[in-house]
Amino acid sequence: MAANPEPGSVAEVRESLGEVGYLADEPAALVAYLAQRLGKPVLVEGPAGVGKTELAKAISRATQRQLIRLQCYEGLDEAKALYEWNYRKQLLRIQAESGAEQADATGWDAVHGDIFSEEFLLTRPLLQAIAATEPVVLLIDEIDKTDQEFEAMLLEVLSDFQISIPELGVIEARTHPIVVLTSNNSRELTEALKRRCLYLWLDYPEVEREMEIVRLHAPELDERLARRLVEVVHMVRQLDLKKPPSIAESIDWARAVLLLGADDIDASLFARTMSIIVKHRTDMDLVAERVGMKLGGIEGLEAGATG
Amino acid sequence: MSQLPPGLAPRLVAFCEELRSEGVAIGTSEILDAFAALDNVPWTREEDFREALAATVAKSQEDRRVFELLFDRYFFRAAESEALERGIGEHRRYDGGDGLNLEELREAVRQAIADGRDGEMRDLARLAIAAFGRRGEGSGVIGVDVQRIRRTLGLQSQGRPTEPGDVELDREQINRFERHLRRELERALIERTEKLPPSRPLAELDRALPTSPAQDLAGVHRAVTQLKRRLATVGHEQRGRRRGAVVDMRRTMRASLDTGGVPLRLKYRPKHPRRPEIYVLCDVSTSVTSASVFFLSVLHALHDAFRKLRSFVFIERISEVTEVFERERDFRAISERISREGGVADVSGYTDYGRVWLEFLEEIVDDLGPRSTVIVLGDARTNGREPHAEVFKQITERAGRTFWLNPEPKLYWNYGDSVMAAYERYTTAAFECWTTRHLEAFVNVVAGGTPLVEQG
Repeated sequence: MAANPEPGSVAEVRESLGEVGYLADEPAALVAYLAQRLGKPVLVEGPAGVGKTELAKAISRATQRQLIRLQCYEGLDEAKALYEWNYRKQLLRIQAESGAEQADATGWDAVHGDIFSEEFLLTRPLLQAIAATEPVVLLIDEIDKTDQEFEAMLLEVLSDFQISIPELGVIEARTHPIVVLTSNNSRELTEALKRRCLYLWLDYPEVEREMEIVRLHAPELDERLARRLVEVVHMVRQLDLKKPPSIAESIDWARAVLLLGADDIDASLFARTMSIIVKHRTDMDLVAERVGMKLGGIEGLEAGATG
Repeated sequence: MSQLPPGLAPRLVAFCEELRSEGVAIGTSEILDAFAALDNVPWTREEDFREALAATVAKSQEDRRVFELLFDRYFFRAAESEALERGIGEHRRYDGGDGLNLEELREAVRQAIADGRDGEMRDLARLAIAAFGRRGEGSGVIGVDVQRIRRTLGLQSQGRPTEPGDVELDREQINRFERHLRRELERALIERTEKLPPSRPLAELDRALPTSPAQDLAGVHRAVTQLKRRLATVGHEQRGRRRGAVVDMRRTMRASLDTGGVPLRLKYRPKHPRRPEIYVLCDVSTSVTSASVFFLSVLHALHDAFRKLRSFVFIERISEVTEVFERERDFRAISERISREGGVADVSGYTDYGRVWLEFLEEIVDDLGPRSTVIVLGDARTNGREPHAEVFKQITERAGRTFWLNPEPKLYWNYGDSVMAAYERYTTAAFECWTTRHLEAFVNVVAGGTPLVEQG
């Protein structure tokens, strides 16, 4: 796969993603394909837990590229994202120099040129991705958590794939990284950033596809049970919850059901294992009431609640 | 890889032009991207073509919705106008089937819908139209015909099983069949009249919030969930910034101990997002029936986001419902309880704004202060009763800020019995609020952000 950096068709991308354990739907596969063909960054939006980050990881596995991840948070600045000078090391260098040859007047010039070299540069994810000799996948996770200034800084990186360091000059990308940005849509991103990206909206999968996903990760689960499980998860997502269950949580739940050796998802099993997919006090009450009822038998529910 | 056929390029540009006219911001660079993307996918596969185009030009969910609406319409029209120009009529495959049994047709349609086979649905839609036409029930108005055919075929979504043993159909699938019906009816109309109906801009209503109670509450909720998340993070983006921050002397001096008393590092006071006290008054009378479902769910969302929030509903009288919202998590239960025990309708069931102001002022006059924000959700239709604008003025003077959200388009304000102007001048700002965009603009203001630039 590494010998074939440019995929030939959408189906090919889809297949290679599937091989590494990510079942992409049509739009996701298409956008992943276009990202590699056009070399444009991809902006992935969608609710939490639909596999946005996982998509980037899967692309990295499928293309056998290294994944470089930049996790965004409030107050993230250039020093943490791009590069930083290693002050301590620079200081040591200067001290060592002045200790050795105090009388030498040319020492300063040598040192000056020296301490702003790559040896004293701490590379952060963005610079790492740009400077990498092998092609990489750059994941900029939860870009909506940062402020607009940071976004503006990203523009240079994303459109020209270069970073300017005043002391060293412009560092240009040697290879073209695949860039994936994810956003939970908690803030509107700037037009300028969106303009440079391909856009992909990921949503919770349909029952059929989620079933495939669950069965891929918990292969021992039999089909009937998997369907039942996914249907219940979908039922839970229909409710107005603070935090609807993610795909990862349905997988966790499937594994738990396997471990418990249950052969059906009834009200009592649901009440016991509900905490795997529902994680808010108020949500639990609502889910217990709505979904527990549907699964049948108040007795089962009460038995489970006390146990 | 695959080159676009000649003639498609101008069409694409025209399509982007149409998207722009609907408020989707598409730059030249995006059109170039679209072409680059389409060079890489087979243009003969509709799914790929559509997705590739969408990924490059529609950069938000809202844009995507408009894109979907326009894509179907635009390329359908383009194909039809081409067909008209060249005088190609479709071969009528199904006109002959005279002995067609309505029962059989009904079964076949249900099966096709359940299987989700598009081609078959399209053929059956034509068949249904033909069969229907022979019974002489066609009205010529497309919307009416679609509904009649649907009823004749007995297409109901699940929940009301028409007959035991029938395949269950969900609403989404039926809607798909309905789209085919609509399209085939349009096609027939175009062939009959030999001209295209004039292209209209998307009615704002197509893009507006689903508000009528008949529609899915889920739609409203999707819009509101988005809003909730925005509200929850409002003010957070301010935190990481230094600009405009206030130096915290105590912590700065303390930090200076590290550097021998020289304050090298400045410490700043953390910024606290503004968390206002909010009073919401919501009109739930019949004149705003469709909007009040939406407003109640907005209220619901606000309750999750702001701790200091008191809500009231009113028609002729006012009634506080804060407690209901705090105790109930489920929206449906809330709206039921409000209609049951709100006790807001007195005799007539018509809104009486004047009386509402008087009661509101009386009830909470002492609590209102400069930190309070009053939000009124209503259409300002007083049904000819005394508006008591001076009482409203008193309320606004006591409260720090007053906002008015009106579910009617600005165009209708002050027509008929609407006395919006009388109230509007006392408010901090009044908004029309019938799409998510309006709502977002408003939320931004409440949370202390800058108002969004109104588009279109």
